[in-house]
Amino acid sequence: MTDNTKKGRNSFSLSKDLQGNTLLSALTEGGLFGWLSCIFMGLGNIKAGQWLKGILFFISQVAFTAFMLSPRGGIYSISLLPSLGSSEQGKVWNEDKGIFEYTAGDRSQLILLYGIAALCVTVAFIFLWRASVISGCRALKEKRMGLYPKTFREDIKSLFNENIHSLLMTPPTATLLVFTVLPLIYMMSMAFTDFSREGDKLVLFDWVGFDNFIAVFSRNSVVGRQFWSVLLWTVVWAFFATFLNFLFGTFVAMLINRPGIRLRGLWRTILATTIAVPQFVSLMVVRSMVQPEGIINRMLLNGGLIAERLPFLTESTWARVLVIVVNLWIGIPYTILQVTGVLNNIPKEQYDAAKVDGCTPYKTFMNVTLPYMMFVLTPYLITQFTGNINNFNVIYLLTRGEPVTVGNTAGATDLLITWLYKLSVDQQKYNLAAVIGILTFATLSVVALITYRSTGSYKNEEGFK
Amino acid sequence: MRRKRMLFNIAAHAFLIILCIIWLVPFFWLIMQSFRREPGQFIDTFFPKSYTFDNYIRLFTETNVINFSRMFANTFVIAVFTCIISTFFVLSVSYCTSRLKFRFRRPYMNMALILNLFPGFMSMIAVYFILKALGLTEGSMIPIALIIVFSAGSGTQFYVMKGYMDTIPRALDEAAALDGCSRWQIFTRITLPLSKPMIVYQVITSFMVPWVDFIFARIIVRAESRYYTVAIGLWSMLEREYVWDWYTRFCAGAVLISIPISILFMFTQKYYREAMSGGVKG
Repeated sequence: MTDNTKKGRNSFSLSKDLQGNTLLSALTEGGLFGWLSCIFMGLGNIKAGQWLKGILFFISQVAFTAFMLSPRGGIYSISLLPSLGSSEQGKVWNEDKGIFEYTAGDRSQLILLYGIAALCVTVAFIFLWRASVISGCRALKEKRMGLYPKTFREDIKSLFNENIHSLLMTPPTATLLVFTVLPLIYMMSMAFTDFSREGDKLVLFDWVGFDNFIAVFSRNSVVGRQFWSVLLWTVVWAFFATFLNFLFGTFVAMLINRPGIRLRGLWRTILATTIAVPQFVSLMVVRSMVQPEGIINRMLLNGGLIAERLPFLTESTWARVLVIVVNLWIGIPYTILQVTGVLNNIPKEQYDAAKVDGCTPYKTFMNVTLPYMMFVLTPYLITQFTGNINNFNVIYLLTRGEPVTVGNTAGATDLLITWLYKLSVDQQKYNLAAVIGILTFATLSVVALITYRSTGSYKNEEGFK
Repeated sequence: MRRKRMLFNIAAHAFLIILCIIWLVPFFWLIMQSFRREPGQFIDTFFPKSYTFDNYIRLFTETNVINFSRMFANTFVIAVFTCIISTFFVLSVSYCTSRLKFRFRRPYMNMALILNLFPGFMSMIAVYFILKALGLTEGSMIPIALIIVFSAGSGTQFYVMKGYMDTIPRALDEAAALDGCSRWQIFTRITLPLSKPMIVYQVITSFMVPWVDFIFARIIVRAESRYYTVAIGLWSMLEREYVWDWYTRFCAGAVLISIPISILFMFTQKYYREAMSGGVKG
């Protein structure tokens, strides 16, 4: 026991010495074999007696070299990136067989993907290389100082103790990198190409620089005109969806909270059904109710209340009001959940003071309740606002962005996010979709930066020890 | 004064009753439609003319066009695996960011914050191309692709769990370390058991993802109806060629899915409240 802890402490203080040190300072301490391990990964470890670790490093170097140099491997993939491929699928007349033979052409989309993937592998390998050199130098230094460098078994053991973060963080980070970061880089790079069904550029496409951004921003192009109107509607929608929800939600929550109201739990539970039922069910039900032939129109017609069908989904203003109203149905319960908690936390003394001063209920609300709630709920409101900018479900399931004017790709109720979806999935204009994705992200990140910087949880982080 | 208050209370209750009726009408209508005997999407009256239980039975027995039982099984398997992987990821990341000090910690948290801002669909097409390049979008590999899609991003969804673990007193860890526990033992024997309510919340939430998502699933599965999940299946019942025959069965399916999901949701709320109010007492 004592032996173990001593050893542990020794290696701990040593690793602390090396922590924060750069590659260079590690190298100066590693000596000749440290430098050599820059060329032959793992050499330092082998020299210091860490055979298995050194061999593993070396194997990874061999594997990486093989990947880069193989005929259709890394270097080939990266070399194609600037041109994105040029040979079209061709027909060659085969004299012997008397038929046309098809030659495989380049597929720019795959070239782009493999190229970026190869770049990512290279970056990852550089990190591994750096880690291996530092590890080798450290082992050499430890050996020189008369300490035993850790054996492989001890390394494995340390993965369950002081290095447990390497064990636990690696799988989530790896999948994040492959299935979230890599696709994002890939998608963002599409914004600088002409990858689109327009002009038949689905197989072979080229880099076009900032052309797509210019097209989206100019007021003269078809897509540019739609972009500004969609952006405007997105902001209007996010504003109304957020603030009407907040207003009505607060009203209902306060009503339920009043003294004299019974069965509070029941009211809250019933209103929460719209959160509990999956949105694709509840919104699709509402969609079929408000169709021109739907039950609401039929009943109003049969009852003689209207002479013509109400154009819920076919006229822009009707559709826009409809999505905001239906969003109230979905959103008010969320506000109630949030606000109820906050209301119960308002210090009672403040209400007593207001009473002593002779405030009317209205004045109490304006001067006590509202300021307190705004103080606590501002981050929540901003998150709601960004959430509504990204609110795909309500729009897509309810109106699918319709009504669409002929010739346009975006409908009257389309948000940036649903437009992005339509542009990529339905219309295969990937380049424009990527531009809009980047712009949406830019808008959101500005809002988010302001929010997170001012929230308590971020500030508390500064004190993390 | 007293009379005024009573009048107000009556008005308030009346308002709440009306509100609740408005809230429930669409769901009530959905249930009514699921028992309707006559086919088609649109009818003239609010209540069906005649009732039947056939829609529920036929949903499971007529499997040649849209095989609901198989979709149910598909979704269940995908949900179980998604749930295991995401819960493991979330727990690992939350423990590390809440308890350990390592160089990569702050950059990782910032990266997660930024990644959460990107609209998911933006990279969806790219994810599809990557899965295709890996050969995961054909035939029996599709469920694996779906599991990956639903769970791969969960490494960024750790904020709630981390916040909870932050409330577990560090003194417990230190005491355990003095007793000779390794970090792994502290993680599995102290942190995890103490986070139980939050883990239940996490398990249920990640289990529900494949049941309610249809956008990502539709992009990956496309027309391979053998591998449809419940959500895509229900969506496809409303397509033009099916809607006449399938509308009432869509309602039946929607009811069947909504009931367990609502119950699970109520559980998540219970555990969430429990986790948030109870905390851990040192």
